[in-house]
Amino acid sequence: MSVLRPLDKLPGLNTATILLVGTDDVLLQQLAGSMLKEDCASELKVHLAKSLPLPSNVNRPRIDLIVFVVNLHSQHSLRNVEESLHHVDASFFLGKESHCSVHRNTVVKLAHTYRSPLLFCDLEVEGFRTTMAQRLVRMLQICAGHVPGVSALNLLSLLRSTENPSLEDL
Amino acid sequence: MRHSAWTSPFPGGKSESTELPQSLNRSQTDKRDFVAEISCTPAIFSAKEREAGARRVSLLSLSPRGLLCRGSQEMDETVAEFFRRTILKIPITEMMTVLKAWDFLSENHLQTVNFRQRKESLVQDLVLLCEEKRASLNDAALLDIIYTQFHRHQKVWDVFQMSRRPGEDIDLFDMEQFKSSFKKILQRALKNVTVSFRDTEENAVWIRIAWGTQYRKPNQYKPVYVVYYSQTPYAFVASSLLKSNLPLLGQALTVASKHHQIVKMDLRSRYLDSLKAIVFKQYNQNFETHNSTTPLQERSLGLDINMDSRIIHENRVEKERIQRVTQEIFGDYPQPRLEFAQYKLETKFKSDLNRGILAEREEPLRCLVKFSSPHLLEALKSLAPAGIADAPLSPLLTCIPNKGMNYFKIRDK
Repeated sequence: MSVLRPLDKLPGLNTATILLVGTDDVLLQQLAGSMLKEDCASELKVHLAKSLPLPSNVNRPRIDLIVFVVNLHSQHSLRNVEESLHHVDASFFLGKESHCSVHRNTVVKLAHTYRSPLLFCDLEVEGFRTTMAQRLVRMLQICAGHVPGVSALNLLSLLRSTENPSLEDL
Repeated sequence: MRHSAWTSPFPGGKSESTELPQSLNRSQTDKRDFVAEISCTPAIFSAKEREAGARRVSLLSLSPRGLLCRGSQEMDETVAEFFRRTILKIPITEMMTVLKAWDFLSENHLQTVNFRQRKESLVQDLVLLCEEKRASLNDAALLDIIYTQFHRHQKVWDVFQMSRRPGEDIDLFDMEQFKSSFKKILQRALKNVTVSFRDTEENAVWIRIAWGTQYRKPNQYKPVYVVYYSQTPYAFVASSLLKSNLPLLGQALTVASKHHQIVKMDLRSRYLDSLKAIVFKQYNQNFETHNSTTPLQERSLGLDINMDSRIIHENRVEKERIQRVTQEIFGDYPQPRLEFAQYKLETKFKSDLNRGILAEREEPLRCLVKFSSPHLLEALKSLAPAGIADAPLSPLLTCIPNKGMNYFKIRDK
């Protein structure tokens, strides 16, 4: 029951909600701030969580995109994300989930297992953070269905990286 | 300048020397228009002393202070050099404050010096002024103590704890008796030693000791400082590298303060005030400020007051728990400042895997873990709220101020 499902709620009017999951609170907050500064036609809402499952007694809007933020300096952060992944329903993984990494290899494998797009970023540098925020806002709009003609699943196949085809055989 | 050495001519070449009559203790009222002393330091003196001598002469003839009487130079070269080096250490911005605290040169004297000139010239003027006032080695030592008091964080302080035999009577503490006893003990053991004292508030005394040996004069540039709080059994020692004199120092302290034993604590830091706070258990003073009226929730979430309402924290409960646990352990007050925590492990290697090269060793594995930070305890306090570690933290880390240790040895039970 504490599993997050993508389509169990009705969408809000013109709202797009993103859930950022990660242990480093300060960075998440900064990223959220950068995202909210972006110009966007839809209304944005950012939820920050340290780990899943989310507390169930809260009334929250439908979540369109989940981003797991992993800090490559900290094993704790990676393990936290791995555990949280168990609480996400499988259908989320059809495009509505991605990983954002603060630096690289276990994470690559993890992302590959879940078939989710992997983004690298140094979130502490202002410029990179703004760029990442822009990308996330665009992804969020697509996942929320606010961009006509492109769906989340389309985006997923577009974002799939082709650099390691041998991993498919593993 | 040693006039008596110049009566014999030098073996090589000509040299000029003006011999000033011995009755040259002129008073200030005996004004001359110009005083010139041409000196020639014989080659047997060291180059440094010659240079110092020559410099002083050139100043005498050029500076208007030369109009005042020089008299015979009573200050030793080494003392003058010590003065020069000590005053040179003082940053210009603090010069006035330190000199006033020293209180050797009066307001009037300080006013005659131009504090806006280049530092080297200022220092030279001040040294001349000190010479005029017949400043002694003790005055110089006192100035050194004051400089160190202003710059106490430049030294690393150890903490020593003294104890009495159980049941021993504690007489009233007499500061003067302590000082004379301390000095006597050191001087009896080591003929060449300079000991200076400066009283400060809270019944504390700063002691400066410059060590020499049987045959050598004390080295004024590597002194040891001791800060002893007379109403407590604690003394803080900042030593230079000469560790060989520490037992003697410990003995002198113990006997002079009527204790029986002295033990070095495993506590070391640059910040003397933090060490004091830890050892006297003064760090948990919770000062109420008017910021404490903000509701606990807002403060605990570390939010700005104008937080964007579109950002929602899902794990609010967890965050509050972490804040609460952190506050219980570390309190609301600013933490005392330490730079290191060092853990020496002498435990057998324990491993989850059954087989491993290290798991089969019988001897303990020796391992050293050192945490360092500009402000260690504040860093530890912010670990859990920043999400880098789980709360509560390991008691090995959180016990540091309570136990008054930052050097630990961990053995198997």
